[in-house]
Amino acid sequence: MLGEGIIQGLFETARNFFGSYVEKDRLTTVQYPEERHQLPEASRNFPFLLYDGPDPDAGLRCVSCQICEKECPPRCIHIEKSKDKKPDFVGKQQFYPAVFNIDVSVCMSCQICVEVCPFDAIRMDKVFELSTSDRFGGLLWDKHELSKSNEYYRQIHPMEAAECDERRAKELAEAQAKAAAAAAKAAQAAPTSPAAAPAATNGSGNGASAPAKSGAAHSAPETKVAQ
Amino acid sequence: MSPLPTPEDFKAQIEAGVPGSVVTVIPNGSPSAQHSLLVDNDHARAVALFLRDHPDLRLDYCSLVTGVDWLDSETTEKVKVKKLVDGPDGSQQETEVEETRKTKRPGYLEAVYHLFSMDKKHGPVILRLRAANRTDQTNIPSLTPVWRSAEFQEREAFDLYGIVFDGHPDLRRILMWDGFVDFPMRKDYVPPADDPLAEVHP
Amino acid sequence: MSGTLAELESIAGPGEIMEVSMGPHHPSTHGVFRMDVRLEGEKVVRLKPVFGYLHRNHEKIAEHGAYLSAIPYTDRLDYLCSMTNNWGYVLAVEKLAGIAVPERAEYIRVIAAELTRFQNHAGLVGFLLQDMGASGTPLMYAFREREKILDLFESLSGARMMCNYMRFGGLRVDCTTGWLDEVRQLTARLPRFVDEFENLLRGNEILMARTQGTGVLSHELAINAGVTGPMLRASGVNYDIRKVDKYGIYDRFDFRVPLGDHGDVYDRYMMRILEMRETLKILEQALRGIPEGPIIDPKVRLRGLRPKAGEAYGRIESPKGELGFFLISDGSTNPYRYRVRPPSMINLTILEDMCLGQNVADVVITLGSVDIVLGEVDR
Repeated sequence: MLGEGIIQGLFETARNFFGSYVEKDRLTTVQYPEERHQLPEASRNFPFLLYDGPDPDAGLRCVSCQICEKECPPRCIHIEKSKDKKPDFVGKQQFYPAVFNIDVSVCMSCQICVEVCPFDAIRMDKVFELSTSDRFGGLLWDKHELSKSNEYYRQIHPMEAAECDERRAKELAEAQAKAAAAAAKAAQAAPTSPAAAPAATNGSGNGASAPAKSGAAHSAPETKVAQ
Repeated sequence: MSPLPTPEDFKAQIEAGVPGSVVTVIPNGSPSAQHSLLVDNDHARAVALFLRDHPDLRLDYCSLVTGVDWLDSETTEKVKVKKLVDGPDGSQQETEVEETRKTKRPGYLEAVYHLFSMDKKHGPVILRLRAANRTDQTNIPSLTPVWRSAEFQEREAFDLYGIVFDGHPDLRRILMWDGFVDFPMRKDYVPPADDPLAEVHP
Repeated sequence: MSGTLAELESIAGPGEIMEVSMGPHHPSTHGVFRMDVRLEGEKVVRLKPVFGYLHRNHEKIAEHGAYLSAIPYTDRLDYLCSMTNNWGYVLAVEKLAGIAVPERAEYIRVIAAELTRFQNHAGLVGFLLQDMGASGTPLMYAFREREKILDLFESLSGARMMCNYMRFGGLRVDCTTGWLDEVRQLTARLPRFVDEFENLLRGNEILMARTQGTGVLSHELAINAGVTGPMLRASGVNYDIRKVDKYGIYDRFDFRVPLGDHGDVYDRYMMRILEMRETLKILEQALRGIPEGPIIDPKVRLRGLRPKAGEAYGRIESPKGELGFFLISDGSTNPYRYRVRPPSMINLTILEDMCLGQNVADVVITLGSVDIVLGEVDR
C-alpha cells in the first residue's frame, strides 16, 4: 500500500517521542552549567606539572630532562634548564626547569608527554572551561600556572595516582636502604669521623639537602631547543 | 587467495609478455618483505595493461599511487687496493693500501604503484617508475588510462612532488592552490618565512 | 570528459549553460569542499570536485617527527574514526619493524574498531537522510547512540574523538572489566536501535523515489576507479579487507559481507545499515572471546623506534574504505616517506561519473552517500 512506509516511520518517531518520557536511556540531555556529567577517570585535557609537598618550587618533580619537549608532536613545550641543582624526592641533586612553558593553544592533548616522562612529573588535567580573552598570553602557561599538587592529582585520577605513589614510595625505600648501607660502610671504614649519611626524606621533596651524588644517572640527553 | 609468483618469476613473466620491457627487482630489507618491480618508462603502460588483463594475475585494482623524492646521495666505502709503492731502498713493492671510494648517485623522483586484485584477492604487487632527475626531466608516463584510481593520486604527486605524468587527462594542482609555485613534499623544500609551521618544525 | 564551456554551449546552445560553484561553505558538502558544476537547466553536464581547503601537509609533518609522534596526527585524518586510523598506522609500522601484537590487544582493537564503524555508519546515515530533507530526526537518533559510544571511548582512552589509543605492539592502556561490561550492555541494546533506525525510513516511498536509480555506479567502473568500502560493495563487488587480508584476528569471527545489487544511493544507504548489524555480530563474538594477558609487547621501543631500512604498506578496512599507510624507513627515527591512502579522496574520483545527467538535488545526495570526511580528503 502506498504510504505504508511513511506511516511506519511516523510510528517510530511517535514511539521515540513518548518513550523519551519514560525510558532511562533515552533521556540524554544534561542542563550543562547547572548539571554536569561526571568525567571518567581516564579523561584528559591539557598537561600540568606535579609537585610534592606544600611548596610548588621546591617540590617540583620535573628535572628538566627535556624528553617531553623533544617528543611533543606539535612542539608546544619550551623548557630552559636551570644552572644550579636542587634535591629530588630521594635526595639526589637534580636540575630543575628555570622556564617551563606550554602553549595550550598549540597543544593537542595527545598525552605523549605523559607517556615518555620517566619522572612522573607531567600529567593530564581535566579542566576544560579555559576560555580567555587574551589569545596569546592567556594561553601560554608558565611553570607557576602549570604546577599542581599531588593531592590534586589524587583527586582527579585516583587510581593512576595511587599506582604512581606506590611506585615512588618503593623507589624512596630503596634509595634509603642504599644510603643506610653506604653510611654503615662509611662508619665501619672511618669510625672516628662523623657519619655523613643522607637524612631520610618523607617524600615531600623539601627534606634532605645532605651531600649526595650528582644526578649523573638521570642526565639529560642533548636536545635542541626548538625555536 | 591465490599465491602470487615470486619477484623473479614476475620479472621473467613480464619481460616475456611485453617484448622489450626492462624490469628490475628491487628487494625490500624490512620484515614486510614487499619487494617491488622497477619498470622502464617506455613500456610502463604496456606492462600495466599486461598486469591488469593477464588472466592469472588480474591486477585490476590500483590501490595506492605515491611519489617519493630521493635526493642526491653519496656513499663512501673503504676498499683495499694493491698498489706499487716505492720502498726505502728504491725498489718497488706491492702493498695493500686502503682507499675511500665515493659513489655519487644523482637524485630522482619516483612514483610507486601498489596493485591488488579484487578478482583473485591477491596482492600487493608494487611497481616503481623513475624520472630521470629531480629538476628538468621529471616525466613519467601516467597510468590513469589503465587504472582510473590513479587520477587524483597522480595529480597529488604532481602537486606535491612535481612529477609530470604524461598522458594524464587532467593534470592540475589538487591540494595546493593554482598559483602555488613550489613542491612542498620535496625533501629540500624550504617553507616561506611567514609559514607558521616554520617555527614549530625547523 | 573535457567539457569546456564552448564545447558545452555548442551542444546546448549559447547562454544555456550555467556555472554554479557549490561550496565551499554549503551544508551538504560535509566540510569545506567545493564542486564546480555546469548545468543545462537543472541537469548536470560537468562536475569537478575542488578541495584542499583543509590541507595541512599531514605527510610532511609525520616525516618530520618520530614514529610515535605521528599517531596523534592520524586521529585527525578522518576525525570521526580515530580508532581505525590509529590501527591502520600502527599496522603499517608493525609490518615495517616486524612487531607482534599480544592477543588481548588484538581483541580490544577489534572492539574499538567495530564500535567506530558502528558510530560512523550511524552518523553517515543520519547525515545522508538529513541531506534528503529528513531534517533532524534521523541525525538526532544517530547522534544519541554515537554519544554513548564516544563516552565509552572517553573512559577507555581519555578522549572522545582524538583517542590516540593504539601503539605499535599493542595499546596504550588496558581496559577494565567494568568497561567491557559497559560495552556488553551497549551491544545488547544496539540491535534495537538498528531496527528502529531501519524502520524509520527504509520503506518510505518518498525516499525510495528519491534514491533508487540515483547516482548509479557500475561495478566495472568501481573496481577500475579504486572505490573501496561500503560504496564498492553496494555496487556488488565482494571485497572486504577484513576478509581478504584477515589482518589482526578477523579470521576468528563469523560475519558476512553484505552486497548491493544496483550501486545506487539506496543501496549505499542500506549497505551501512546492514554493515551495522554485522558489526554488532563481530562485537558480540569479540566480547565473548577476549582473553586476559598483556596489552603491549614490553620489548617494543615506543620512543626512538628505528626500523630497518625498507618499506611496508599496511591497510585496513576503515568505515570509509581501504585506509592504507605506506612507510619507507631509512633506518633513522623518522619515516623517510609517510603516505596515507585516503579512502574518502579516492572514492571522490567517480563523483562526476555518478552525477552526470542528474539533477542538482541529486548531486547533494550522491555526494552524501560517498561518505567523505574532509580531514582525510585534504590531509
